Amino acid sequence: MPGLTHYLVVSALLFALGLFAVVTRRNSVAILMGVELMLNAANINLVAFNKYVAPGAMQGQIFALIVITLAACEAAVGLALVLAAYRTLETVYVDEINLMKW
Amino acid sequence: MTQVAWIIPLLPLAAFVLIVAAGPRLPGRGAYVSIAGIVLAGIGGLLVLGEVIRGAHADVTYTWAVLGARPITVGFVVDPLSAIMLAMVGVVASLITIYSVGYMAGDPHYPRFFAYLSLFQFSMLFLILADNFLFIYAGWELVGLCSYLLIGFWFERPAAARAALKAFITTRVGDFSMMIGILIIFLHTGSLRFDEVFRSIQGGALAGPLLTAAAVLVFGGAVGKSAQVPLHVWLPDAMEGPTPVSALIHAATMVAAGVYLVARTYPLFLASPDHAALTVVAYIGGITAIVAATMGVVEDDIKRVLAYSTMSQLGYMMLGLGVLGYTAGMFHLITHAFFKALLFLGAGSVIHAVATNNMKQMGGLARAMPWTAWTFIAGTLALTGIPPFAGFFSKDQVLAAAFAHDRVLWALGAAGAFLTSLYMGRLIWYTFAGTYRGGDPHATPDGGHGAGGHAQPHESSAVMVAPLVILAVFAVFLGWVGAESLGNPFERFIHFAGAETPPGGFGLLVLSIAIAVAGWAAAAAIYVWRIVPSETLRQALPWAYTLLARRYYVDDVYAWVFIGVGGVVVRLAGLFDRYVIDGLVNLAGWLARQVGLGLRYIQTGREETYLLLVFLGVIVIVVVRLVW
Amino acid sequence: MSGEAIVFYLLAAVTLASGVIVVTSENIVHSAAALVPSFLGVTGLYILLNAEFVAGIQVLIYAGAITVLILFAIMLTEGGTGFGTRQRNEQAAVGAAVAAAMAVLLIVIATRTGWTAGSGTLPLYTPGVIGQSFLRQNILVFEGTSVVLLISLMGAILIARRED
Repeated sequence: MPGLTHYLVVSALLFALGLFAVVTRRNSVAILMGVELMLNAANINLVAFNKYVAPGAMQGQIFALIVITLAACEAAVGLALVLAAYRTLETVYVDEINLMKW
Repeated sequence: MTQVAWIIPLLPLAAFVLIVAAGPRLPGRGAYVSIAGIVLAGIGGLLVLGEVIRGAHADVTYTWAVLGARPITVGFVVDPLSAIMLAMVGVVASLITIYSVGYMAGDPHYPRFFAYLSLFQFSMLFLILADNFLFIYAGWELVGLCSYLLIGFWFERPAAARAALKAFITTRVGDFSMMIGILIIFLHTGSLRFDEVFRSIQGGALAGPLLTAAAVLVFGGAVGKSAQVPLHVWLPDAMEGPTPVSALIHAATMVAAGVYLVARTYPLFLASPDHAALTVVAYIGGITAIVAATMGVVEDDIKRVLAYSTMSQLGYMMLGLGVLGYTAGMFHLITHAFFKALLFLGAGSVIHAVATNNMKQMGGLARAMPWTAWTFIAGTLALTGIPPFAGFFSKDQVLAAAFAHDRVLWALGAAGAFLTSLYMGRLIWYTFAGTYRGGDPHATPDGGHGAGGHAQPHESSAVMVAPLVILAVFAVFLGWVGAESLGNPFERFIHFAGAETPPGGFGLLVLSIAIAVAGWAAAAAIYVWRIVPSETLRQALPWAYTLLARRYYVDDVYAWVFIGVGGVVVRLAGLFDRYVIDGLVNLAGWLARQVGLGLRYIQTGREETYLLLVFLGVIVIVVVRLVW
Repeated sequence: MSGEAIVFYLLAAVTLASGVIVVTSENIVHSAAALVPSFLGVTGLYILLNAEFVAGIQVLIYAGAITVLILFAIMLTEGGTGFGTRQRNEQAAVGAAVAAAMAVLLIVIATRTGWTAGSGTLPLYTPGVIGQSFLRQNILVFEGTSVVLLISLMGAILIARRED
C-alpha cells in the first residue's frame, strides 16, 4: 500500500528533474517545460497531503486546481515572451541572450 | 609682601603677554615693558628678602586634584632659601635686561628677545617659589624651553639652531631622569609636596638603595640643567646665543637651578645611607670642576672660556653641597651669579666693540674701554678667589668643607682653583693687555650681532656700562656677607641642620690664597713674561693640547653612540614600519581586492547562473537548518 | 504486493522515465512529446489519490492545452530545426549536483518528518461539490484566478503580437 511518503518521494524526484531542466537547458522553451514539471510535482504533494493528512477538507484539491490554472496562464505568458524575444534577438538559446553580460 | 609673593613671577609673565600681543607698538619696542616687569619683580624680591630676614615665612597651597582619597596639593613656599634666590634672580635679571637694551639695539627681532627674556624670568621665579615636585618640574621644563628659544634666537644661523637643539635634548635626558626620580618618590610617599615627602622619608616610607636611586635620579636633572659631567656638552655650544642670554641663563640663573634643586631637596639626599647620594653629587661636582677648568685653558673664544668657567664653578657648588657644606654651596651660588653675570656682560661689551669672539684678535682694550676693563678685572679677581673679593669667601668655604670631608675632593677643588686663575689670567692678558691685534672690525666675520664695532674699538654706551658697575660693586663687597670674621650672617640665614660648615682654619685659608696667586703667577709666566711661552708648551705636549681642544672627545663619543648606533636602530624601526606595519595595512587592501576580483565571477549577467545560485542557496539554507 | 502498489509503481515509473526524457533529450520535439506520458502518469497518480476531478482537469489542461502550446512555441521559434545544436549548457555538472542534492534533501525531510495521519476517509469530491465550494468558501480564490486568467490572456496577446 503506497503511503504518504511514497507519493512525496515521487514528487521529490519529479521536482528534481524539473530543476535540472531549468538550470541546465539552453533552449528557453525547454526551461519552461522544466517549470511545468516542477509545478506538477507540487500538485502531487498537495493532493497526497489532502488524502493522507487532512481527508476531511478539500483544500488540497482546490489548491491543486488553482495551481493548474495558474500554470496554464504562466505558460501562456512565458511562451509569448519567448516568441517576442525570438523576434527581436533571433535566438531562443538563453546563453546567447547576454546583452547584460560583463 | 611675603604672603603674596606668588605675584612676583606673574609680573614678568604679564610683560611677556603684553610684548607678544603688541610688541613693536609698546614703548621702547617692548624693552621698557620687560624692564618694568623684572624690576618690579626684583624690588618685590628684595622686599621679601628683607621680611624673611626678619623672620617671615609663607606657605600657600591649593588643592590641585583629588586622587582617590588623597588630595594632591601644590603651592608656593617663601623661606630663606627661596627668598635669597628671589632677590638674586630679581636683581641680576633686572641689570641684564637693562644691559640688553644697548646690546640688542638694531636687531630686527628686538621685541621677540624681550618677550622671551620675560618668559624666562617668569619661569625661573616660578621654579624658585615651588613647594612641590610638580611645580619645580614644570618650572624646570619652562626654563628649558626658554633656553632653547633664546640660544636659537638667531635661528637663521645653522650653528645657533643646532646648539639650541643640542641644549634642549641634552637637558631632556636629565629631565627624564628627574621625572623617574619624582615618580619613585611619589609612588612611595604618596605626595609631591616637599615637606610631606621629607616627613614620609623620615618615617621610613622610602629608604635604602631605592632612596639613593631616587635621589640620584633627581640629581640627574640637576646634572643636565647645570651642565655637569656627563651632560655638560651643551653649555659651550650654547654660547651661540646673544651674550645677555649667556649671562642670564647660562651663568647666573638657569644653570644654578640644578644647585637650587639639590639644596631644596637636601633632606632627600641626607637620608640616603652612608650619604651615598651626596657622595655621587660631590664627585660629579669635583670631576666637572677640574675637567671644565682644563678645557678652558686652550679655548680661544672668550665666551667659551667663560662657559667652561661656569661649568667649573657649578662643579664647586655641587661639590660644596655634596660634602655637607650646604651653606658654602649656596653662598658660592649667590656670589657666582653676580660676578659671572658681570664677566659675561663685560665680554658682551667687548664683543660689541670689536665684533669678534676670538681673543687672539683682541688686545689693548684696557685703554680703549676702561670701564669695561676694570669691572671685568674686578669680576675676575672675584672668580679666582683673591681676597677681599666675593669669590674668595665663598670658594674658600667650599674648599674648607671639602677638606674636612674628603681630601681627594679637596685636591680636585684646589687644582681647579689653580687652573681657574691660569685661564682667567690668560683671558685678561689676551683681551685687555698689549696692543690691539684685530683689523677693521667690519672686515672680520661678525659674531652674528648687528651693529659691529668701529675701526678702533671704544667704550660701550652708558646703558651697557651702568649694569657692569653695579654688578662690580656686588662682586667686590658681597663676600663680606658670609665672612666668618663678621660672624657669617649668611650662615645664620641659610643653613641646614646636620650640614654645618666647619671653620676652615687659618692654614687652609693661606693655602687657598697661595694656590690662586700661583695660578695668576703661572699665567703671567706663560703669557706676560714668556718664561715658558705657550707655543713651547703646545709643542711639548701636543697630545694634551689635542685632547683638551677636542673636549676629551666626549662630543664625538656621544655622536657615535646616539647618532651612529641610534641611527641604526632608527633605520631598523623605519624598515619595520614601512614593511611590516604598512605591509599589514597594504595586505588588508590587497586581500579585499583579491576577494573582490574573485567574487566578480558570480556576476555573469547570465540568467542560468543566477538560477543555479538561487537553488544552491535554498539547498544551503535547508542543509544548515537540518544539520545545526 | 497489492494491486494498488503495483499500479502506483508503474505510474511512478512512467512519470519519472518520461520526465528524464524531457530533461535530457537532445531533440527538443522529443522533449515536448515526452511531456505527454509524464502528465498522463501524474493523472494516474491523482486517480489513485481519489482526486478524479483534478485528474480530469490535469488531462484537459496539461496534456491537452499546455503541451500543444509548447509545441506551437517550438514551431514558431524554429528551435526544433537545429539538430546539431547542443541543448545542455556548460554548468550541467553543477546543475545535476544541485538537482540531486535537492532531491536528497526533500526525500530526507519527507521521510524524517512524522506526518500526523488524518482521521476518516476521503469523501467523494464530485465536480458539483467542488463547484459549490468554489462559489462558496473559496470564492475569493476563484474570482482572483479568473482575473489572472483574463490578464494573462490579454498579456500574452499583447506581448506576442507582431508589430506591423
